Amino acid sequence: MTTPLLSLRGLTKAYPGVVANDDVSLEIGRGEIHALLGENGAGKSTLVKMIYGLVKPDNGTMEFNGASFAPQDPRTARVGGVGMVFQHFSLFDALTVAENIALGMENAPAMGQLAARIREVSESYGLPLSPDRIVGDLSAGEQQRVEIIRCLLQDPKLLIMDEPTSVLTPQEVSILFETLNKLRSEGTAILYISHKLEEIRTLCDAATILRLGKVVGNCIPAETTARDMAEMMVGTTLKTPQRSGATAGEVILEINKLFLPPASAFGMPLREVSLSLRKGEILGIGGVAGNGQDELLGALSGEIQAGHGMITYKGQDMTGKGPNARREIGLLSAPEERLGHAAAPDMSLIENAMLTGAVREGLVKAGILNWSAARLFADRIINVFDVRTPSAGNAARSLSGGNLQKFVIGREVLQHPDVFIVNQPTWGVDASAAAAIRQALLDLAKSGAALIVISQDLDELMEISDHFGALNEGRLSQLRPAVGLTVEEIGLMMGGAHDEETMHG
Amino acid sequence: MIKFEKRPQPSQIFSLATPLLAVMATMIFGGLLFAVLGKDPVQSIVTIFWEPLFGEFAFYYRPQLLIKGAPLVLIAIGLALGFKAGVWNIGAEGQYIMGAIFGAGVGLAFYPTESAFIFPLMILAGAFGGWLWATIPAVLKIKFGTNEILVSLMLVYVAEQFLASMSLGLLKNPDGFGFPGSRNLQQYSSAYNADIIAGTGMHWGVVAAFIAVIFAYVLLTRHSLGFAIRVTGEAPRAARFGGVNPSRLILFCLGTSGLLAGLAGMFEVAGPAGQITIDFNVGYGFTAIIVAFLGRLHPIGISLAGLLMALTYIGGDIAQSQLQLPAAAIQVFQGMLLFFLLAFDLLTNYRVRFGSKEVTP
Repeated sequence: MTTPLLSLRGLTKAYPGVVANDDVSLEIGRGEIHALLGENGAGKSTLVKMIYGLVKPDNGTMEFNGASFAPQDPRTARVGGVGMVFQHFSLFDALTVAENIALGMENAPAMGQLAARIREVSESYGLPLSPDRIVGDLSAGEQQRVEIIRCLLQDPKLLIMDEPTSVLTPQEVSILFETLNKLRSEGTAILYISHKLEEIRTLCDAATILRLGKVVGNCIPAETTARDMAEMMVGTTLKTPQRSGATAGEVILEINKLFLPPASAFGMPLREVSLSLRKGEILGIGGVAGNGQDELLGALSGEIQAGHGMITYKGQDMTGKGPNARREIGLLSAPEERLGHAAAPDMSLIENAMLTGAVREGLVKAGILNWSAARLFADRIINVFDVRTPSAGNAARSLSGGNLQKFVIGREVLQHPDVFIVNQPTWGVDASAAAAIRQALLDLAKSGAALIVISQDLDELMEISDHFGALNEGRLSQLRPAVGLTVEEIGLMMGGAHDEETMHG
Repeated sequence: MIKFEKRPQPSQIFSLATPLLAVMATMIFGGLLFAVLGKDPVQSIVTIFWEPLFGEFAFYYRPQLLIKGAPLVLIAIGLALGFKAGVWNIGAEGQYIMGAIFGAGVGLAFYPTESAFIFPLMILAGAFGGWLWATIPAVLKIKFGTNEILVSLMLVYVAEQFLASMSLGLLKNPDGFGFPGSRNLQQYSSAYNADIIAGTGMHWGVVAAFIAVIFAYVLLTRHSLGFAIRVTGEAPRAARFGGVNPSRLILFCLGTSGLLAGLAGMFEVAGPAGQITIDFNVGYGFTAIIVAFLGRLHPIGISLAGLLMALTYIGGDIAQSQLQLPAAAIQVFQGMLLFFLLAFDLLTNYRVRFGSKEVTP
């Protein structure tokens, strides 16, 4: 039996109040693509940070290539043969690809030489990159290539990838997989962190499942169903939301050639976005982050003012109407950023309930705030949506991501909106909270409200949408019924006019 | 190794303890400062804090606490409303001056007529003068995005020049033998801001400060405008989302703090100071910034902090005359209070951890 490339035994790491990793052991062989599965908070990030030298374990040992392995910092880990591509890129938008890569290297060769190396490596792995392009002009998929090339230039034996496909279109995902397969055939091992079960089943040889810091199982993804893997991750049986299939009513919201100039130099404009939304309908808008989602939500919530006639709700032009004027007539929204935008982090849940609920729930009269009524409203949200918190008086930042998201969405849903627009409803949320949120959205539509759900999670959109469109570079694609859409068609809608080149066969 | 760990919830205990810790630290380090200057540290601290309240001449100094404390509290309340929203009015001194000029100007315009209407008119004029002076940076910020710190501060110097011009020109006392300065309002009974209860130092400015404290407390805890102020300061994006109109909030915060500073100036010139002179302003507008933060931007805290600062002014004066302590040393002392307060404030949001728990494998 060949010695494994990486062997972790009994790794433990504790932080105040939580044990992030509890006696975790796993083995990765040479040329193996190994998945690390788990919900948010399961301990995946902490584990790989220990392998990459960012965090020191409290207990346990690591062996790399048969020798003891305890990197003091990422540099040592890289020298030892471990490379890592993070979920959030560390790139400078204003510099070129070559300059960015040079910044991350110990002894960067001369620019000309480096550029040639970049071209060579990127082409041989099917991720063509031009070293002179400015990173700020690249798509997220191309930016990820820069990160990958940066790792590959240092000849890693183990490549760790943290949620690599969360920013990619379906076409870009298949290109990435071809690259990873090529690396595997050369003997490089890959530790692949993801919660996308179907992808793991396609790509990975073996999987380790973490829950609450402990290893709860190992499996061979190709031989296990996605449902079984999900249940191992969550530990309880999953509730799948139901598509209601009700027929849609009259048009309640119309957006007509919505145009917004970009908010800053690297910002995204909105160009000629048009759509019609009917009562009882769920419109899913997909698209990789940064293509105008925040701007669209801002224009609809009233935070950004659009021009005359661009947004018409219940027959009224929304120009000049701010967020509270729109709340009064039933147009509610929930932005993507939980802490800082949807909720004030240092304020209590009662105060956050007052923040958007004041108008529709009668929490304010003649300017005087009714705090006991706000407390009752907050308690109602906490009960109905099973928000785990010691009390409504706790600060928003003390809640876990999933619980805060349940609160933020529950707060709007309980106000009985006629139109509800939500941006990334289940991003960073554990599976059971995500299912509860999706069911709440479906129930809202069933009661006659119209919804626009903006999300990067295509599976989620396909599950709950009646119609689907994609945002790309500030433009909204043609809207199509969700039934019968193929992954390829969606990818093309999301990618806009992107021409994906690949050097493989 | 010392590590700072963010707390999941801001700590209630430290929120209340920080001002006390800051005062204690100031006493210790202030004492050290005085020792370095060659004065007995304990004697100095006692002179500053104990003498005015319980010493030989306390009957004289105690009313001074109200007289010096009232303008500090009145201005600081207005400043706190702005600071809480992230609107930084640093030019309260200028608004104070303008309020005094407008108030005195209206009063003197009626001289020598006696009427019960004059004083209320002066109050309105003083409030208007301060409000106007603070609305200038507000409008510039809204229309052009200029920094209100710079504009309000620069307007202080403009106000000071205006004050000098008024003392030497329009408001100069015609019976003043050519000396600069206006008529003395203490001798003009319709305009005089006298003690309501003689000898206690409690003039109408003290009453106004008291009302301001209550008004601010009710506004911040029970009114939607106060809520808007708090959310804008803590999470501006969430405030926009909640429907707060940032321009209107800026106008309100700067306008109100200017109004209150103008009132303070007017009460001071019609009362304890008595006349418009070139250097009638003593820096209350700037000290009020310290008072606002020392009081944790909370109305009740500010009223206590105002009294504390007044105490350091009075005690400082006594220390100057009895111990020959330089005036600048007192200002350093007051600045130290703010410095330690901001430093200890860290503990409200962060926990200190000592040592390393990590074990290398």
